[in-house]
Amino acid sequence: MIETQNTIQFTPDRLAKAQEIIARYPEGKQKSALLPLLHLLQEQEGWTSAEGMDYVARMLDIQAIEVYEVATFYTMFHLEPVGKHVIEYCRTGPCCLMGGEEVYDYLKKRLGIQAGQTTPDGKFTIKEVECLAACGMGPVFQIREQYYMHLTNERVDEIINELSK
Amino acid sequence: MGKKILLEHIDVPGIETFDVYRKMGGYTAVEKAIKTMTPEAVVEEVKKSGVRGRGGAGFPMGMKWSFLAKPEGVPRYLVCNADESEPGTFKDHYLMKHIPHLLIEGMIVSSFALGANKSFIYVRGELMYVIRILEKAIEEAKAKGFLGKNILGSGYDLELVVQPGGGAYICGEETALLESLEGKRGNPRNKPPFPAVKGLYQSPTVVNNVESIATTAWIINNGGEAYAAIGVGRSTGTKLISASGHLNRPGVYEIELGVPVEDFIYADEWCRGIRPGHKLKAVVAGGSSVPILPADLILKLANGEKRLMSYESLSDGGFATGTMLGSGGFIAMDETSCIVRNTWNFARFYHHESCGQCSPCREGTGWMEKVLHRLEYGHGNMHDIDLLVDVAKKIEGNTICPLGDAAAWPVASAIRHFREEFEWHVTNPHEASQPGAVYRGEMALV
Repeated sequence: MIETQNTIQFTPDRLAKAQEIIARYPEGKQKSALLPLLHLLQEQEGWTSAEGMDYVARMLDIQAIEVYEVATFYTMFHLEPVGKHVIEYCRTGPCCLMGGEEVYDYLKKRLGIQAGQTTPDGKFTIKEVECLAACGMGPVFQIREQYYMHLTNERVDEIINELSK
Repeated sequence: MGKKILLEHIDVPGIETFDVYRKMGGYTAVEKAIKTMTPEAVVEEVKKSGVRGRGGAGFPMGMKWSFLAKPEGVPRYLVCNADESEPGTFKDHYLMKHIPHLLIEGMIVSSFALGANKSFIYVRGELMYVIRILEKAIEEAKAKGFLGKNILGSGYDLELVVQPGGGAYICGEETALLESLEGKRGNPRNKPPFPAVKGLYQSPTVVNNVESIATTAWIINNGGEAYAAIGVGRSTGTKLISASGHLNRPGVYEIELGVPVEDFIYADEWCRGIRPGHKLKAVVAGGSSVPILPADLILKLANGEKRLMSYESLSDGGFATGTMLGSGGFIAMDETSCIVRNTWNFARFYHHESCGQCSPCREGTGWMEKVLHRLEYGHGNMHDIDLLVDVAKKIEGNTICPLGDAAAWPVASAIRHFREEFEWHVTNPHEASQPGAVYRGEMALV
């Protein structure tokens, strides 16, 4: 186990939310709250650090390793710091049929980074994801909870310009 | 226009709110079930309807419900599988986003039938905004007395919990979903025991897809026999189809099962044909995991009859020559589509999403991806094509869960139906490795 400092704590409103989440599950089954709590942690911290995972483990009274093995299994948890805007780009078949690869190449060129990298100003990170369940509206990417569909190079420019302000 | 059961009110402004949904006849199935029916009677209506699971497997839903063990003093659970992650499939996303109360109403009716007092909706984490829509709908239903303690004064209690996933396709497999819901890695469990006996928290559990559960409201309001009267043969009722690819009008459509595939592609009511100046080359009819078919075979059966959008017609002739309705993820490709590249893309997906628990899947999916990559980029040889068939055969049927089959079928079927295209990539490596290179020769129609 990595020894970490107890530097992370949920804000009061998130702590209340975390307690409400834990109470949703039957007595003794609080480990079920793990994914929702990791989402809450990442929402607050921007990424899922070892310190944060240890904090969640203490909250659920489980071993830290139980959190690590879950956080590393799922793709949505950023195990390294990321930029302000994480662009989750769908690289899967139906989006590619609609020109997704060409638009993706343009996005990487426009930002000057590859998948998994963050722009030097810390504003954008590109992350490749598998199907975003919006295949009929591809190419598509997601930033936070916003879907951007029917992407073209021009549309990418508009979005990046807007978010760069 | 075909019969609409799920999307009848989809265009009504404000249908995502309780009040508008209620005004359009919403929650009457809950009233009918809880006030006038026994749980057994609700199960019976679902059985009579013949509705089959809409997540992909197509197992009769009423029969699945009747398998639920009912030991005394042990809680039972209903878990809604909303982890829609199959490339080409986006109908549950659409349904939950636009008409969330239909799912909530279905969850109440189904939970009552199964004797569950706490039910879960496991939604893929990527759809966080949909999770918020569902949570709001649940709060509204609770405020109106349709959820919580003593629903409508009946003495029946139900709590609904929305659980966000973390981004893993495998969590759409029911036992992996349960593992994930218990706060673990989404590794599939060995079966038996089936979830109906030992599911969530080792208690009897039914796992159903969003569309399946949403259908129960109409079945209870109108009766199982009325539902069974729609559709064709054992493919009863309607089905949501997610249409994508080179169609003039991709989108989510509700069809009566039994519509000819040709009509679905070309009729004004649905996809309005292939984009101008192009012609249909191939279709993946039921989500990326099902076998791909060339144009002629998706339109017609071996005996020349029109192929229908139904469980039986699409699988006519077995998986090798037929395909499956699956999740209803209908991906159309015109003649500009490179089958090798598309197959590599799908293989990459399944390699990425394999949980790694079974060796054939963990190793085999990576192997297929690598071989397809070198074929696509002009570094393959003829032996590679047979090697792919061999690896696919060794994965199929040899894994704990169906992800192995899902990875193997697209590869095996693509080679079976489009072998010339794979060979062209070997014999024309310089041409094939150019971006956008596509073999446009005659296609085999075995």
